[in-house]
Amino acid sequence: MTAGELATQLKAKFGDLLSEATEFRGELTLIAADAERIAEVCAFAKKDLGFDYLVDITSIDNYGDDPRWTLVYHLYGYGHRAHLRLKTSVSEEKSELPTVTTVWRTADWHEREIYDMMGVRFRGHPDLRRILMWEGYPYFPLRKDFPLAGKPSDLPEVAFTNTTPMAGGPFVTIAGGKDTIAREPRVRIPETDSLATTNRVERRADIKDAHGEGFGPGPIEPKK
Amino acid sequence: MAEVRDIQIQEPAARVAAATDELQDMHGEKMVLNMGPSHPATHGVLRIILELDGEIITKAAPDIGYLHRGDEKIAENMTYTQFIPYTDRLDYLAPLANNVAYALAVEKLMGIDKQLPPRCQFIRVICCELARISSHLLGMGAFALDIGAITVFLHTFTEREKLYNLFESLTGARFTTSYTRIGGLSRDLPPGWIEQCRKFLDEVVVNFDETETFFTRNKIFTDRTQGVGVVSREEAIDYGLTGPNLRGSGVDYDLRKAHPYLVYDQLEFEVPYGSAGDAYDRYLIRMEEMRQSVKIVRQCLDKIPGGPVNVPDMKIVLPPKERVLTKMEELIHHFINVTQGVNAPPGEVYFAAENPKGELGFYINSKGGGTPYRMKIRAPSFVNLSILSHLLPGHMVSDITAVLGSFDFVMGECDR
Repeated sequence: MTAGELATQLKAKFGDLLSEATEFRGELTLIAADAERIAEVCAFAKKDLGFDYLVDITSIDNYGDDPRWTLVYHLYGYGHRAHLRLKTSVSEEKSELPTVTTVWRTADWHEREIYDMMGVRFRGHPDLRRILMWEGYPYFPLRKDFPLAGKPSDLPEVAFTNTTPMAGGPFVTIAGGKDTIAREPRVRIPETDSLATTNRVERRADIKDAHGEGFGPGPIEPKK
Repeated sequence: MAEVRDIQIQEPAARVAAATDELQDMHGEKMVLNMGPSHPATHGVLRIILELDGEIITKAAPDIGYLHRGDEKIAENMTYTQFIPYTDRLDYLAPLANNVAYALAVEKLMGIDKQLPPRCQFIRVICCELARISSHLLGMGAFALDIGAITVFLHTFTEREKLYNLFESLTGARFTTSYTRIGGLSRDLPPGWIEQCRKFLDEVVVNFDETETFFTRNKIFTDRTQGVGVVSREEAIDYGLTGPNLRGSGVDYDLRKAHPYLVYDQLEFEVPYGSAGDAYDRYLIRMEEMRQSVKIVRQCLDKIPGGPVNVPDMKIVLPPKERVLTKMEELIHHFINVTQGVNAPPGEVYFAAENPKGELGFYINSKGGGTPYRMKIRAPSFVNLSILSHLLPGHMVSDITAVLGSFDFVMGECDR
């Protein structure tokens, strides 16, 4: 069965909900007027028309237009080997539509990615969390009003912790120094240490902050 | 006097049963184990949070995004040609195949994918297949390394090194090739390259035989991979697996056969597919795919015609430099092409190519002009990994390396 026949069958079932199929470069696109019924359309396409493989879900930000979000579903059937594209729109106020994870389980990560990147929510999704950005990230980076250079935001606490134990301690090499011997930790016996860069002085302060007095190598004595 | 003891090896199934029996008397003793993002077996920066009941995984939550660079956002802010180097960094184990897939997607949007000169199409097929060999060689080597066989890695890497020499003489770069252009290639084959490539193909086939002797009938390898990570046909389709991972589950589907692009319909090759859907089947398929790739490249080298490698349209490909400097019209085309990019029509296309890792698709939504309004990269590794939380529970911790190795994913593409 060709994609054209399948599109006609889908259109016959749902009538006015779906637009006439448009063709561009040999690909058929159907537009669903009501995003609330997209899961229903998808379920029918899978069960009765044999579209058993969901290739991809994508979102488009029509910034400045209403409705703002366009969702694009790429369907494929291993039986008839035909592609079909379904599109639907959601307004910015609503930013929500039903999930299709109940139809194809591969939709799980695709929908999470759309939520993460654009901020469109999927009702009924089993686990709608951010996927590429970290939990707690405040923006949706693929929106058109998000600048390419990014915006400053707080990183999660796990990204920066206190000084690791032994940072700059007696067994850790430190950048700087005139040769590898000077960087080698074993030669830096605290009392006779000759490598006193500002970097090391700071690190020693870090160790003191982190572990209190008496930890790490002793005070740096001036060169004689 | 030294004592001699027999080493007792249980079957994996028996081990699992024994482990669960043992755990019956301590209910609720679950442990959370964090694996990655910096772990040698996760091939990059995949993190998996595992919940363990003794040695048995009860829950697995993959955590991705550590290599997210915002490639889709970047694509919206530059011309089509400028994005080609970024495609190198998707599946960085097969950059040539990504270059070709991306160029074909843009050409489909432009409507010139059927007008590419035959020489260009043959060279692109050669690129794709060499990239497949390179990617699978690394995949096999790393798979072996993960489950404790270091020798194989050294063998496959030797061949891969020769491949990179070929890539270097072809494109000027070993890793980040950026070889294709919209409507053609950055350059033709260098003199003598075909002979070098033939020599490589003769050598690599010997290497495949050697690699197979390490693997195929190796008791340790079969014990660790057969019946491990079994994905049924239905699950594979439901989770959208593609590439060798889909074919391992017995689905005879390869984009090169199902929807031929370039000159794949003129070439003879077979698509291997498995029956058991386990890690061992996925290994067998990759081995056979490399042999088929050699067959394809040999045919291309025999059949490759002469002629230009770029479409004869100065509005799409850059004109030759000497004409830019001497002719007014070419100078204008050059200027427009570099500053504004190719003039793509408004519309939307989805093009997918059979990459070493699976179906790499580009969905381009254009409002006209030299920049996409929205470009979505359908990365095979991203989709292939989404099955992990379903697949891993019930396996032993030591099986993770076998499952991950057999899935052969790459995080550059997964996180984009």
